[in-house]
Amino acid sequence: MPRPEVLDWLRNKFFPHMWCPGCGHGIIMHAILRALVASGKTKEETVIASGIGCSSRMPGYIDACTMHTTHGRSLGFATGIKLARPELTIVDVMGDGDCTAIGGNHFIHACRRNIGITAVVMNNNIYGMTGGQASPTTPLGAKATTAPFGVIDPPFDVCKLAQGAGATYVARATIAQPLLCEQYIKNGIANKGFSVVEIISSCHTQFGRRNNRRTPLDNLNYLKGASVPLVKAEGMAPEELEGKIVTGEFVKREGTEYTDLYLELIARVGGDRV
Amino acid sequence: MPRVEFWQGNVSLAYGALAAGCRFFGGYPITPSSEIAETMAEKLPTLNGRFIQMEDEIAGIAATIGGSVAGYKAMTATSGPGFSLKQENMGLAYMAEIPIVIVDVMRGGPSTGLPTSIAQQDVMQARWGSHGDHGTIAYAPSSVQECYEIAIKAFNMAERFRQPVLIMSDEVLGHMREKVVVPEEGSLPIVNRKRPTCDPGEFIPYKPDQADNLPPMASFGDGYRWHITGLTHNEWGFPTNCAEEIAKKCARLMDKVSAYRDDIVEYETESVDDAKIIVVAYGSVARTALSAVRQARKNGLKVGYFRPITLWPFPDREIETLAEKAGTVLVPELNFGQMVLEVERAIHGKAGVVQMSLVNGELFQPSEILKKIEEVAR
Amino acid sequence: MSCLPKIFSVVVNSHWCKGCGLCMAVCPKKVFDFDENLKSTPTRVQDCIGCKQCENICPDLAITVEERGDNA
Repeated sequence: MPRPEVLDWLRNKFFPHMWCPGCGHGIIMHAILRALVASGKTKEETVIASGIGCSSRMPGYIDACTMHTTHGRSLGFATGIKLARPELTIVDVMGDGDCTAIGGNHFIHACRRNIGITAVVMNNNIYGMTGGQASPTTPLGAKATTAPFGVIDPPFDVCKLAQGAGATYVARATIAQPLLCEQYIKNGIANKGFSVVEIISSCHTQFGRRNNRRTPLDNLNYLKGASVPLVKAEGMAPEELEGKIVTGEFVKREGTEYTDLYLELIARVGGDRV
Repeated sequence: MPRVEFWQGNVSLAYGALAAGCRFFGGYPITPSSEIAETMAEKLPTLNGRFIQMEDEIAGIAATIGGSVAGYKAMTATSGPGFSLKQENMGLAYMAEIPIVIVDVMRGGPSTGLPTSIAQQDVMQARWGSHGDHGTIAYAPSSVQECYEIAIKAFNMAERFRQPVLIMSDEVLGHMREKVVVPEEGSLPIVNRKRPTCDPGEFIPYKPDQADNLPPMASFGDGYRWHITGLTHNEWGFPTNCAEEIAKKCARLMDKVSAYRDDIVEYETESVDDAKIIVVAYGSVARTALSAVRQARKNGLKVGYFRPITLWPFPDREIETLAEKAGTVLVPELNFGQMVLEVERAIHGKAGVVQMSLVNGELFQPSEILKKIEEVAR
Repeated sequence: MSCLPKIFSVVVNSHWCKGCGLCMAVCPKKVFDFDENLKSTPTRVQDCIGCKQCENICPDLAITVEERGDNA
């Protein structure tokens, strides 16, 4: 069981949770809770939102203000909540398909607005819940139920996408580094603007089974072997980085947060004296 | 002291919403509804409210639902294409029982259709557009005055029944200007959502109160923690596969409206007592129909006028009694026959039903309806 | 002033554990084994050095590692 102050955040009557044995999502949930506790947040002032998919069942297990919305649209809901109550801490967890496929339009606009939400993209490179279909981050050539002969769609680099769209904090870690996940999520929460923390997770049940990583341990070892810290990657040639997972903080800059701007606008037009 | 204004329909609707206490608007531009968003963009900040134009209509209603979950009376407005896009998230608001108001300023369809022309082709979509069963409350204003008043009624219903409420306006009504008598602030009843009074630790978010079978609603950030999900859930708000809990939840989503049908249904009639023909019309078409009915009366024909103000729930029993007495019902609509199906269902064959359709981007001329009345009267 | 090595308690909630084996893989001191129900169990808890890698890698949040105060 996690530390008492972390355990306090769990709706433990629903445990053991629904994720497969060895699924990375549980590791991410634990990291998020440790980050929230380390950031001194309270359950009443924290909103955990999610879309649809394995990743998005997480809010059900967390004893905060939780919202399990529609596929791909969680950032729209979260934006509404944040604009209404800027004082709330909002963590929005999404899967790779949830965030970059059906949710892609909302993802880039949330980045552009730089609204105070921490988006945790739980990237296991597959649609797990629906049975192993290819997603926008499934690697070229990998097998999936809708790509039985190998994926031909070039995958997204979620962090570059977020950086290009304007997020002011962008970082990537893997589930093989739980404390790094915790650290980046904590930094994401501390960032006043829109934070994207992509965590490479693992789905041995749907992805691994078809791409010779059948067990949780296969995935863990793969992630350990494939991940390269940014500082090292910067000195490596592109072909050396082929198939590698670069971890680190890609964007960490000041920016004006969207709800701050809106509250200033309200003050400017005298709306705060109503 | 009530004051008199000269407003555009869309603007009047926005002002009505503000009078109802709406302080959150999530939207996206679409003709012929954009003036609503524009008015909200201008007024909400001055009232310490929140306006946001999102990246599409789907995000627009998502933000609106988020605003309501955070405690605001929230609204979105659109037209046909956006109304189609908003259906899935409308379903989330139905399932999670989140009060919001959605305005559809109807325009010619299908598809891009006639963005600047009137039609009434979304009225069945208002009832059946989102997948799954749920109760529906939908108003059809037919004057700029009613745009104001119905906006208030819509919010009161949404807050009372914890669900989306639709306002089915149309392009003509949305863009025309008319006199509006603005009631004094505080003179109209304003309903606010029931809030829980129990200790946060004992809060059961979807446990209905005995008295009205409606659950109180907490907001995120006011000390209560609860789980919102689109998955069918039990009274604690958590997903369930238990048949009994599923049946209870799904039935309650229907009962919310059907049990209070008589509180919600609204309609208007004129010269129906001795009428042989009843003209049933709503929205902008009702205005044309009324002048045709009055002209027919002058010509000595026994014609009555029935205008549903709530499209859903449909005033079926009321029409049935009138139709049975009159013998014939004429239903002019700017579609190929939608509410006429409800009329036929309501009167169970006790009267003849004459459908009258116009789908060319224009409004009926009173003379056209008068000619039809005379034809039917023979 | 004695500087005896610290002693840790390791508890696995066998109801939550799904026997995925990740704790065994990451534990530097090989403290864990599968029990007869294929659940993880800290058979060599005395070797635990309190690094908590198991607690943080456990996808089911089933492991608790605590320093034991009574090691004086």
